[in-house]
Amino acid sequence: MNNIIEISGIGKSYEDVRALQEISFDVEKGELFGLIGPDGAGKTTLFRILTTLLVPDTGEARVLGMDVVDDYRDIRPILGYMPGRFSLYQDLSVEENVRFFASVFGTTLEQNYDLVKPIYRQLEPFKNRLAGALSGGMKQKLALSCALIHKPELLILDEPTTGVDAVSRKEFWEMLHLLKHQGITIIASTPYMDEANQCDRVALMQNGKILKISTPDEVAKSFSSILYGIKSKHRFRLIQVLREYEYLKSVHPFGESVHYADKRENPDTNQILSYLKSRGIEDAKIQKIESNIEDTFMELMEREENHA
Amino acid sequence: MPDVAIQTRDLTKKFGDFTAVNHISFDVKRGEIFGFLGANGAGKTTAIKMLTGLLSPTSGEGSVAGHDIHSESEAIKKKIGYMSQRFSLYDDLTVKENIRFYGGVYGLSRVSLRDKYDEVLEKVDLIGALDSRVGSLPLGWKQKLAFSISLLHEPKIVFLDEPTGGVDPITRRQFWEMIYKASEDGVTVFVTTHYMDEAEYCDRVSIMVDGNIEALDSPAELKKSFSADTIEEVFIELARGAENGD
Repeated sequence: MNNIIEISGIGKSYEDVRALQEISFDVEKGELFGLIGPDGAGKTTLFRILTTLLVPDTGEARVLGMDVVDDYRDIRPILGYMPGRFSLYQDLSVEENVRFFASVFGTTLEQNYDLVKPIYRQLEPFKNRLAGALSGGMKQKLALSCALIHKPELLILDEPTTGVDAVSRKEFWEMLHLLKHQGITIIASTPYMDEANQCDRVALMQNGKILKISTPDEVAKSFSSILYGIKSKHRFRLIQVLREYEYLKSVHPFGESVHYADKRENPDTNQILSYLKSRGIEDAKIQKIESNIEDTFMELMEREENHA
Repeated sequence: MPDVAIQTRDLTKKFGDFTAVNHISFDVKRGEIFGFLGANGAGKTTAIKMLTGLLSPTSGEGSVAGHDIHSESEAIKKKIGYMSQRFSLYDDLTVKENIRFYGGVYGLSRVSLRDKYDEVLEKVDLIGALDSRVGSLPLGWKQKLAFSISLLHEPKIVFLDEPTGGVDPITRRQFWEMIYKASEDGVTVFVTTHYMDEAEYCDRVSIMVDGNIEALDSPAELKKSFSADTIEEVFIELARGAENGD
């Protein structure tokens, strides 16, 4: 079995909201797969279907070779699932939570200690602390330990790094890489575009649709035109002036600079600069830059909106 | 209103023998967009609570919008706006009811509120949604609306606590354009975020570690002095050794 997850034509609506619109993709064995998209994209709905907690309206999904609707009893014991909302027992201690989850799955902490060790070791100094009293990043580590304790073949992580600071996020992804090297297949969702680079492949999601599936590198490169970074002290005005430029294709603020794409195939940058000068922006600097995943995501979003 | 919107000198908060905020001193200029960064547990929330008059400091001095944070916290509350990702608007109320509610809290008269409805809706492109339940709006709209409502009583300073979490990249940028606009109108913007690229939209940023402000400068200067390409690198360099963090 090479595909750990097979999704074909899965759709789900809540009253008149189409949370998932007939989406299809596969996740291969041993992959670290990322589902990238903002709140409301449909990530959680898809994960609830894959974890057999929600029945789809249309389509089929197979997890570890089994059907998510017919075989839910067989799927549940071999999945590791970390829901988006912290779902551990706040009034049990760190150790009690891990032991409880182990017992539910018919195992013990000792039996699978080696697997959870790299993560659980960081929690051991606080093993008697109540889960509710842990900081954000530690809660996340505890939830991951609990999702791992029964040695699942597949880990499904719903926004494990949301609201966590940049340092803890980096550490969390390092742990996921360790688990991947032990042969565990992982599918994780995130609203942070930069985390896409941590994955083998990513699916970009928005409004219940998959905008693109590929390696992070390919996604970044698939931006359709030459991209320029333009810098000026007058950033707010720079954006407004570029929006009124006749050759504008897109403009977005990006940290210190703005990312600008032109309708022409090979625009003369001096012409762009003299336009800016004519509108009172004298200090602009322009250079060609490589597009990143966020550039592609926004381009695909805008294309979707124009079709809608 | 003086040119300094926020000033602190040795501002400190202790809980028992734990020092959450340790002698922090900084100034925020009027109209500035000030990024307040730090790891989880670094003391950001405690500092913001002191600046917004919700928590009294253990020691040190501070003034916000010209008022002393020890003795004039009620005056401060009237002059600031606040929104966060966790708490902003009431989902069960309509857009109009939310505006009326917040307008009422800040003592705006019914007459002056009437003009505000269109003004707020125009700002966030929500014309025609006045009677929609806020809970039915997409998150990005909700956050833009919450920001707009936090400016309803024309505060001198607005505190934004992780305003763009989970919001799509285009709406996130529209949100930042609203921040630029407010800053151009002279409003001081004090903002926290976990998106490190957003730190680069700020005029200056501070980075808190274990209750101390470890760095404070413009994004360009910070990157230069840490020989880093991004603010994220600077942040990780500073916050990695944190004791109170995660």
